[in-house]
Amino acid sequence: MLEINHLSKTYGTGAMATEAIRDVSFALGDKEFVCVVGPSGCGKTTLLKCVAGLLRPSGGEVLLRGRSVTSPPPELALVFQEYSRSLMPWTSVRNNVLLPLRHKKLSRRDRRALVEEAIGAVGLDRFIDHYPWQLSGGMQQRVAIARALAYQPSILLMDEPFASVDAQTRGDLEDLVLQVRDDFGITILFVTHDIDESVYLSDRIIVLTHAPTEVKAILPVGLPRPRDQIETKELPEFSHLRAHVYRLIKREQEPEAAVEAPRPAAAKA
Amino acid sequence: MSGPYTGSDEPRTIGYTSRMAAPGQAAPGVRPLPAPAARASPQRTTRLGELLLPLVSIALSLVLWEVVSRTELVSQNDLPAMSTTFQELWALMQTEEFWKNVGYTVRGWALGLALATLLAVPIGIVLGTSDFAARAFRVPIEFLRPIPSAVLIPLLFLTLGTTLRSEIFLATFGAFWPLLVQTMYGVRDVDPLATETGRSFGVRPLERLWRITLPSALPYIATGLRISSTVSLILAFTAELFMGTPGLGQAMNFAQSYGLNEQLYALAVATGFVGLAVHFAMTALERRALHWHPSQRAATP
Amino acid sequence: MSRRAYTGLAVAAEVAVPIAILAAWQLWTVQADNQHFPRLSTILAEFQDLWLFAQFREHVVPSLLRIGAGFGIAVLAGVALGVPLGLSRRARALAMPHIEYWRAMPPPALLPISIVLLHDIGDRQKIAFIAFFCLFPVLLNTIDGVRAIDPTLIDTARSYDIPRHERIRRLVLPAALPQIVAGMRTSLSLAVIMMVLAEYFSSTSGVGYVLLISKNTFEMGPMWAAILLIGLLGYGLNLLFLLFERRVLAWHRGWRAATPQ
Repeated sequence: MLEINHLSKTYGTGAMATEAIRDVSFALGDKEFVCVVGPSGCGKTTLLKCVAGLLRPSGGEVLLRGRSVTSPPPELALVFQEYSRSLMPWTSVRNNVLLPLRHKKLSRRDRRALVEEAIGAVGLDRFIDHYPWQLSGGMQQRVAIARALAYQPSILLMDEPFASVDAQTRGDLEDLVLQVRDDFGITILFVTHDIDESVYLSDRIIVLTHAPTEVKAILPVGLPRPRDQIETKELPEFSHLRAHVYRLIKREQEPEAAVEAPRPAAAKA
Repeated sequence: MSGPYTGSDEPRTIGYTSRMAAPGQAAPGVRPLPAPAARASPQRTTRLGELLLPLVSIALSLVLWEVVSRTELVSQNDLPAMSTTFQELWALMQTEEFWKNVGYTVRGWALGLALATLLAVPIGIVLGTSDFAARAFRVPIEFLRPIPSAVLIPLLFLTLGTTLRSEIFLATFGAFWPLLVQTMYGVRDVDPLATETGRSFGVRPLERLWRITLPSALPYIATGLRISSTVSLILAFTAELFMGTPGLGQAMNFAQSYGLNEQLYALAVATGFVGLAVHFAMTALERRALHWHPSQRAATP
Repeated sequence: MSRRAYTGLAVAAEVAVPIAILAAWQLWTVQADNQHFPRLSTILAEFQDLWLFAQFREHVVPSLLRIGAGFGIAVLAGVALGVPLGLSRRARALAMPHIEYWRAMPPPALLPISIVLLHDIGDRQKIAFIAFFCLFPVLLNTIDGVRAIDPTLIDTARSYDIPRHERIRRLVLPAALPQIVAGMRTSLSLAVIMMVLAEYFSSTSGVGYVLLISKNTFEMGPMWAAILLIGLLGYGLNLLFLLFERRVLAWHRGWRAATPQ
């Protein structure tokens, strides 16, 4: 489904150049749920924007279903962290979800149906004609997710979508995303800095190094599905995975003391 | 912020690329930082381009003016050629009379602005600090404020006559209101935490006013000064044009009456430059006075 | 002082002060018996004579039409130019010297030129004059509004591959609208002023013309009635605009209240 081959991204030129991403490669299979974690400032957002076609990489390529991504492809939808800034405050939830559909070749009835289905899928039927700012943070993020769903993407990119939401709402939203993946069969690439979340949600976890970023490790997550906020998190396997990821990241965050040597090849678990 | 002026005629900055936030608006300079975008060309070329484009634009428009006039697209009588106009302007600049006129207009502007400031700032402070006074005088202010000062011209003509006094009165009256309202807003918008802190440290009211309130209100007052400066210049010129008090406006009236179109255009160009000069002077003053204010700092990368 | 007592006193003052000012005017003019400053009663009588409704069609309507047309053109042109300028840094670099120059030019300086250039002292010249100077507040505010659009919104639109014309229509314009409306408000007040200046300078009809004529004939009654009318016009138009703004930007108020900026 998605292939990222030796992606690199450098900002600026000459002396002022910042190498955000040095070499990142991984692949996503159809309907997979993959989380990307890493220390702060490791270019997770940059990576996502390159994959989405919003930024042009300096090197390497992104292939979606075999085709190179140079601009936002129609099968791909993106959900940002700052939900309130990505929604239009001057119109209703319905029209917000409708926006990306307007330029798709659909009949008015089909559009309407898609919008209502998507809003139903995130549980916001009652608020379909409200303004987004009348809703809570968690609900606004649901609107953003509904908007992505209505677009009928095959792959969903999510950039720390629940970071600005309180912990209890986060649990609900995590389950919502899992539900959506199951119901609609979407592939999901999920960036987060929350380690628990990454273990809870994913089929595989990609751990990144700090800038200039490379892939440090790719860990399969063998936890049983369907996941549950209480039962899954009680499993010893969960704690092990969690600790493992934590250690990997912690080592990345350690000061550069001995780390100017070239990195070891990405450990494959 | 509650009070008689909320929700209604709040003054906004005229919006001319002002870096000051009007009350109720987010400071325009404080923008969410954009993600760094990939740039195809290195930064040096961009900067040179930025300088070149405005110059090219000016040059092109001057050429266009010359062409339109010389080819009689618009009759040269109605629109003297660019070269002719500037030649005329140059000739004028050699005369003593021209500079006297410039001086008169600038004098009108300066006195009008100064007087307006002397009146508007203290009154604005009083109305800004006393909620009672603000409410009591809300109606008269709201009614007098939108009156175009120009309507006073016939009255002044008949009462004070075509003297400097008329010009100053007009300029002052017009420049007074924006400054008053901005000062009021500036004083009222002072962070109550700051004044409370002062009070808790035993700073006396007058000193609080001088050390806390006024500096906080300064950006608003600076915006008000900029607006008032524009208004004052316009009204000084208007008085000269309509009433015949000495200055560039009167010279223009003269040129028009005698059909001296070239002189008319030359004077218009000159007036535009006077306006620019005044604008830059006030902007520079504002920058100097407010160099410490966040809105004056470039966005941190 | 209790809160109720204070509020009561403040309201009383709000009512009393204007009345006191009007009473003072009346008393002073009666006592001074200055022909240039007629009594309030005289002014009001003249006002009714003149504007309700004898000269209304002849003078007030043309003035209002000129304001309306000038303002309308200014808004349309301001937005039409402001959006592309707001979106393109290069275009701005090209346009800015011109905008800065004309913005700094005192409008009356162009009155004689507008007459010479357009060969006209009628509606065409007036509307052109009004429209030209009312353009700038709208233009500059539109540019500012467009430039200040949240980049996240733009990124969202790009990620959904929304075509340019849709982006402008459904994203850029609504997002910039609050700022544009602020500019429109300034423009409207400016339109009244420009109208008065243009008509007073040379015209054959309009409220400003009445002002001029009454000065020439030393008729203070009509002059003051005209002054009063112009004041009311400005105030009334501003009020109408406020209602319009309240309707159009209802979402904006709610959003600002709900969102920490």
